[in-house]
Amino acid sequence: MPSVPASNWIKVTSDGLHVVPGGFTIDPVRPVERAVITHGHGDHARGGNKTVLATAETLGIMRERFGPNSGTQTAAYDEPITVGDVRVTFVPAGHVLGSAQILLEYGGTRVVVSGDYKRRRDPTCPPFVVTPCDVFITEATFALPVFCHPDDHGEIGRLLQSLKLFPERTHLVGAYALGKAQRVIMLLRELGYDAPLYLHGAMLGLCEMYQRFGVDLGDLRLVSSTKPADLVGQIVLCPPGALADRWSRRMHEPVSAMASGWMRIRQRAKQRGVELPLVISDHADWNELLQTVREVKPGEVWITHGREEALAHALGTMGVPAKALSLVGYEDENDDDLTGATPPGTAA
Amino acid sequence: MKAFAALLDHLIYQPSRNGKLRLLADYFATTPDPDRGYGLAALTGTLDIPHAKPAMLRDLIMARVDPALFAYSYDYVGDLAETIALMWPSASENVEPAPRLGEIVAKLKATPKAAIPAVIAGWLDGLDATARWALLKVLTGGLRIGVSARLAKTALAQWGNLDIADIEELWHGHAPPYTEIFAWAEKRGPKPAAMAANTFRPFMLSHAIEDHEFAALEPAEFVAEWKWDGIRVQVAGSILGQARLFARSGDDISHTFPDVVGAARFDAVLDGELLVRGTGTNPASFGDLQQRLNRKTVTRKMLESYPAFVRVYDILFVEGEDLRALPWTERRKRLEAFMANVPPQFDLSPVVDFKTWDELTTIRASSRGAGMEGLMLKRRDAAYTGGRPKGPWFKWKRDPLTVDAVLMYAQRGHGKRSSFYSDYTFGVWSADDLVPIGKAYFGFTDAELKQIDSWVRNNTTERFGPVRAVAPGLVLEVAFDAAQKSSRHKSGIALRFPRVSRIRWDKPAAEADNLENVAKLVE
Ligand SMILES: [Zn+2]
Ligand SMILES: [Zn+2]
Repeated sequence: MPSVPASNWIKVTSDGLHVVPGGFTIDPVRPVERAVITHGHGDHARGGNKTVLATAETLGIMRERFGPNSGTQTAAYDEPITVGDVRVTFVPAGHVLGSAQILLEYGGTRVVVSGDYKRRRDPTCPPFVVTPCDVFITEATFALPVFCHPDDHGEIGRLLQSLKLFPERTHLVGAYALGKAQRVIMLLRELGYDAPLYLHGAMLGLCEMYQRFGVDLGDLRLVSSTKPADLVGQIVLCPPGALADRWSRRMHEPVSAMASGWMRIRQRAKQRGVELPLVISDHADWNELLQTVREVKPGEVWITHGREEALAHALGTMGVPAKALSLVGYEDENDDDLTGATPPGTAA
Repeated sequence: MKAFAALLDHLIYQPSRNGKLRLLADYFATTPDPDRGYGLAALTGTLDIPHAKPAMLRDLIMARVDPALFAYSYDYVGDLAETIALMWPSASENVEPAPRLGEIVAKLKATPKAAIPAVIAGWLDGLDATARWALLKVLTGGLRIGVSARLAKTALAQWGNLDIADIEELWHGHAPPYTEIFAWAEKRGPKPAAMAANTFRPFMLSHAIEDHEFAALEPAEFVAEWKWDGIRVQVAGSILGQARLFARSGDDISHTFPDVVGAARFDAVLDGELLVRGTGTNPASFGDLQQRLNRKTVTRKMLESYPAFVRVYDILFVEGEDLRALPWTERRKRLEAFMANVPPQFDLSPVVDFKTWDELTTIRASSRGAGMEGLMLKRRDAAYTGGRPKGPWFKWKRDPLTVDAVLMYAQRGHGKRSSFYSDYTFGVWSADDLVPIGKAYFGFTDAELKQIDSWVRNNTTERFGPVRAVAPGLVLEVAFDAAQKSSRHKSGIALRFPRVSRIRWDKPAAEADNLENVAKLVE
């Protein structure tokens, strides 16, 4: 039986990636009848869908953000579910807690929608699983050869070193509230830092959820219930947007650090007024994107969001047909903050 | 190189002045000679090495990576040195140990030009991304890391417990790696020797005066002079034919103006404005002076078409006598006497007579002549003090001209503005078409930049790499100091010092100025 080409049954619509024979949309940017969600980041998981299929962790995160959602169905990793005429399997993506790639099987064709993913070890979630397929639909957030993420223990080591150097200053670490913050906390714990860690209020709910799912983050406290004097020489985690916010003024001479893959580019770090950039990313870097395609060995690659042109070009030279889907609505999570916060000093 | 790379990497992120001073002091204290001296030279722009051309560095990286990927990356990062540093392929095992800054300088000076690219490539192989970035910054000149030469010298002064004025005074008599100065700072050596006569002395600079400040100033205590629109220079004359010409930065620009330097066969140090002869006593426009700037070779034709001269404001030394402590009135007498007997490459900048500030206001308003930038006000009793003392000297620039122009193209900025469309090409109407008349990079606030940036993104009609063409819909009020005829511009007009003075969100593009109106402003 000849197989049905993916382009016949997966369509790019203004809602997102629509899987026609399954009657569902993956990571819809607008409310739909049936949504399949890869992971809980705000640009992939949105509220208002009639029914949602996702991992238990992702559903928990969505509840935390959008309130109770009726019509949810839980997917376990590696257990196929039939939706319409399509066989759907969630496979770990290694991006954040509950994140999944979605394997779609229909008409003899296998398609993997990667969502966001990384290849490095992350103590807060199971690692990415290579899943051979005909079409690999990948992200391209860090798809430029300038992005080469360093060792994460090394970066956290620089934070601890700075803490030793400036024991009189509060170290304020900007980190995305879902995933990055918990990973930074676990890396600190792995390097033997067992002092209390202080949280901006916006991070508490998600940290507690991680703890409920069995990720032991250690002693966590709220900044709002701590005297400023007790924050001297401590590590405080906050969402990136709070770094330049009034909120940070309560700290005494804070060292502002930021954990993000974008910190690899000096001018970007400077633009944020970051004093201690920590290059820690939950996305694959350039070499890992290429390595992943080599391992997955797809017949073709579709690219969802990020620096599509560069990745498509590089895959072309590797002999892998690739095309950009030009999906709209998927922001690079930290990039969003970058353009939304303090612009560079340009006043004449 | 490691220590210097770490210093630059910390400096670039360090927001506070005191933090920067501390980092610099640390570097001076913990880095041995001659490395720290070369580091200081790199920061103050006095490092004398054959600078690597961007084109050469581009060739090096292109030979190692896919050119298309380089183009995407450079467009994204916006800084050549950083793009190359981040993209340079990790080296194989057999790499040289990371070189010291002193070794790098020595090797660059000893290597024939043709062999330099290979030497640089060898270093890049052996360094990590941060050190590669720092090395490339040093090699290309212009560090642009938010540390001025003045700040670096201030750090040296604080660290060594010295007077910054002493350092400025002897600075140009010394060359990297400044071992004598470091020995003096560490109290291991004497104050470095007095300089030769024809070295640079710090300029006296002025503050811009605000309208409300006049009320507190007594007109009789001030003298007014024209502020000429050229390049402020210091002429260190020499009877022996070893005269030198210094720009405000202290850079020696003698080689660019052999006509002026060759004529300065006198024993005096003068402060004046470098200009090109126009008609009569008027200097030519700044555009003509620009023909003479940044030229490697000076042709005879150039000397004849654009003869340079210095209009003299002040005298600092004459026949070995230091006049700087004298009041302006005394120096002026000495200057007038001295100027009675100089070659035609030098003339005296006249004093402007006035009794009241109102009278001076009228004079200033009626004097929109070529080559004039406004007025200088100087206290009659003020000594010539290097630096920018508050009070004795004021500059009073004339009001700018403005034109309502339409935004045509926007280009992504470089450096910290690389994610914003911050460089604007604007034009005015000529019949039904827009003709570009200039470019502006500043004059707007951070908040306005964000607004224009999103306007550009929402009104793009075409993209060419980092440039976007936009629909004619946004009017910018552009201020500029003068309009000049230009054959190099399609519009036939070049604006001097254009900047955005207001964003006219309210004004329909059709009501912007037309080329005829702008042509009337040409001097
Ligand atoms: Zn994500
Ligand atoms: Zn994403």
